[in-house]
Amino acid sequence: MSIDASTHAALDAGDIPALARGCAVLGTGGGGDVRTGSLAAVRAVREYGPVPLVGLADLPEDALVVPLSGIGAPTVSHEMIHSEDEPRRIAEEVERLFGRPPGAVMSSEIGGSNGVAPVAWAAQLGLPLLDADGMGRAFPEVQMVSMYVAGLPADLVIMSDVQGNVVTIRPVDGLWSERLARAVCVAAGSSALMADYVLTAAGARGAVIEGTVTRALEIGRATEGAADPLRALQDRLGAARLVTGKLTDVERRTTGGFVRGTATIEGTGEDRGRTLVLELQNENLVAVEDGRPLAMVPDLITVVDTETAAAIQTEGLRYGQRVTVLAWPCDPLWRTPKGLGTAGPRAFGYELDYVPVEELTARG
Amino acid sequence: MADLRIGIDVGGTNTDAVVLDPAGRVIAKAKRPTTPDVTEGLRAALDAVLTQVPDAARRVARVMLGTTHATNAILERRALGRVAVLRLGAPATTGVPPLTGWPEDLRKAVSAGEAVLPGGHYVDGRELAPPGLDAVRRFLDGVEAEAVAVTGVFSPASGEHERLVGELVAAEYGLPVSLSHEIGSLGLLERENATVLNAALYGVAAHVTGALAAALAERGLGARPYLAQNDGTLMTLEHAARLPVATIGSGPANSLRGAAYLSGAADAIVVDVGGTSTDLGVLAGGFPRESAAAVEIGGVLTNFRMPDILAIALGGGTVVREHGVGPDSVGYRIAEEALVLGGSTPTLTDAAVAAGRTPPHVTGWRVDTSAAIADMLQRALAVADARIADAVDRMALGRADRPLVAVGGGAFVLPARVPGAGEVIRPEHAEVANAVGAAIALASGRVDTILPAGDSRSKAIERAKEEAAARAVAAGADPALVEIVDLLEVPLSYLSEPAVRVHVKAAGPLAR
Repeated sequence: MSIDASTHAALDAGDIPALARGCAVLGTGGGGDVRTGSLAAVRAVREYGPVPLVGLADLPEDALVVPLSGIGAPTVSHEMIHSEDEPRRIAEEVERLFGRPPGAVMSSEIGGSNGVAPVAWAAQLGLPLLDADGMGRAFPEVQMVSMYVAGLPADLVIMSDVQGNVVTIRPVDGLWSERLARAVCVAAGSSALMADYVLTAAGARGAVIEGTVTRALEIGRATEGAADPLRALQDRLGAARLVTGKLTDVERRTTGGFVRGTATIEGTGEDRGRTLVLELQNENLVAVEDGRPLAMVPDLITVVDTETAAAIQTEGLRYGQRVTVLAWPCDPLWRTPKGLGTAGPRAFGYELDYVPVEELTARG
Repeated sequence: MADLRIGIDVGGTNTDAVVLDPAGRVIAKAKRPTTPDVTEGLRAALDAVLTQVPDAARRVARVMLGTTHATNAILERRALGRVAVLRLGAPATTGVPPLTGWPEDLRKAVSAGEAVLPGGHYVDGRELAPPGLDAVRRFLDGVEAEAVAVTGVFSPASGEHERLVGELVAAEYGLPVSLSHEIGSLGLLERENATVLNAALYGVAAHVTGALAAALAERGLGARPYLAQNDGTLMTLEHAARLPVATIGSGPANSLRGAAYLSGAADAIVVDVGGTSTDLGVLAGGFPRESAAAVEIGGVLTNFRMPDILAIALGGGTVVREHGVGPDSVGYRIAEEALVLGGSTPTLTDAAVAAGRTPPHVTGWRVDTSAAIADMLQRALAVADARIADAVDRMALGRADRPLVAVGGGAFVLPARVPGAGEVIRPEHAEVANAVGAAIALASGRVDTILPAGDSRSKAIERAKEEAAARAVAAGADPALVEIVDLLEVPLSYLSEPAVRVHVKAAGPLAR
């Protein structure tokens, strides 16, 4: 099967900066630095040509969609960069297992680095990129994907490493998939490329979050050259502005592989006198004012530079930054009971009942 | 007897020189305009201080130079050498080949060819692949290069593949080699970029060190020359010839170290007010606080540890208007343009003088103006003060008790009190703090690596300390007086064996 680039929107080198900016916003503070992924994407589309961006409707019902993501320690993948052959080996294994080649690549997670790098992987494979992902944002754990919430069995994980090793795991459930994949990753030098779930276009319907690559692009482009980038971003996201102010305190500690902590923002201008506290755990998870939550996971909370509207990752938060905190609704899938059980406030250890951000901010 | 030190700082506008006596007192100072080829300004400033000191030629033991040569060469893509760029990482790292993301003109000016060859290590020290020495030869046989840059995966922890290839290049090709583990820390692309820039600067470094040596010889000075580097410490000319990229960023570092020395404050906010901009930095234990972020040089990201500097577009020459302050400046034309100097452009200098803030030792500056202009100047000064206070607050990270040391030619525009800082210290010779910083600098060495966190940790850290000290001695430090001045341990997550990232810095006064 081939997708004609001329009849579809196609991502080329000029689109990558906007995509990266949008992915950083959707990363809600986590998802990894978009820099290395951007370089890989720019380089790959220059070498192999633009990547067609397709919807599920553009694919035959039985076309295989491969959701890809990098797994491992950020310190390692920043030093031992991926091999160009890793996506090809996964594609070959998919073909061997399913008897036909993949039809499209999908990003497992649109937030942060894993949202940009799939452009490189798709270009290297000569495949289109599906305009969808498995989160609509960034989350820290492997089972926190829409395919899991939709009830698809986590019974196949394919991993490839820089040496050319390919490991296929047939786990009995999501918990084993996380445990075994992590062990393989460590043996592979703490960085690997992973496909968890291989979907048909028909099976992906309702199990993936559609339109998120386009959304990331639009978010990135909205602030480009805007007279008021913050306003433009807020309008594009349909976000509530939780506070505009100055970052006055950041407290971090690393436990169990995650950065946990809080960031305190004191209001300035019309928000003078208000204090917002953000609870962090890789991503921004809960925003609290005077003990009252204003937004919580799985809704999206992003800290942006008030002047440029560029998203700031949790590791990049510094005293004195002039920031605005925006929050907006997550995909409806995350608001189902299983979605909330997987990635609601209690899944992250907060004793909070989920209330949608639009209700919390309307009470204002 | 030879007991004097000369410090020279080549800035964007001025070249400053000072002479320090054996007690470390400033006994001569001079400012001369920086010339396009830099060496003329250097000679002029050197001559200006030498004439102030009797019998100087015999008495000067050391000359320390801080220069923007390397930075300018990169920014202007001038005099850069052609580099064979060699990465030891295959089969890994092929997803982002060397020099991806470089501005095209810089890449054209610098690259003689790029290759990703077998070699490098995993995070735990295993080999990714044995180093491909035959592949190295085939690559080098096919390129015309003046220098070679070698970057191996995880070389800050395991540098032997880089060393092997370095020896091969030197022995079989006779070319100078930059090895990435001597230059940058973890983060492959940023370290590789710095290593390539370093190799491209060998010619520039030879020019600077040659010019300095020639200037000293012409004046009959038997003094030992040194170059200042980006952490505020010194290196010998031999060392500078190998690591020219380390001179980038020496200006702000010198100004911070000079401010610490002149004021006696080891922990302080330093505000260096120039003609067009103001640089703010923080002193911690007498050394510049380092930036955590990657640093862009000429459009290329590198992972140098540079002083954490906040620059704002505000200086003595900043133009004042009815509705705003700057960001444009009259710059070096301030002597003709400012109102107090008989010109016709209202500047921040005029606003400061009108409010009674005058430079030390200057008399007779008066702003003779209508009430309308006086109002405008007053408003402008309030805006400038607020911007300074805001910048100080950002650098101080909420601590308001550190003193503020005001240095630079425009320091007089600062108010007597700045919210967010303790007392404002205005040390004598503040206008040449950067040259003083060069003159008093120590020699240093650093190691950045990954070590096991288990039982062997303490031994491994001792070895890293010894290595840092050995590097400081190689840079010119007195082996008897070298000390560990910085030790940072960061635990790493998601690894099979617990590991820590260790950063060690050693520094000491120059050997006699």
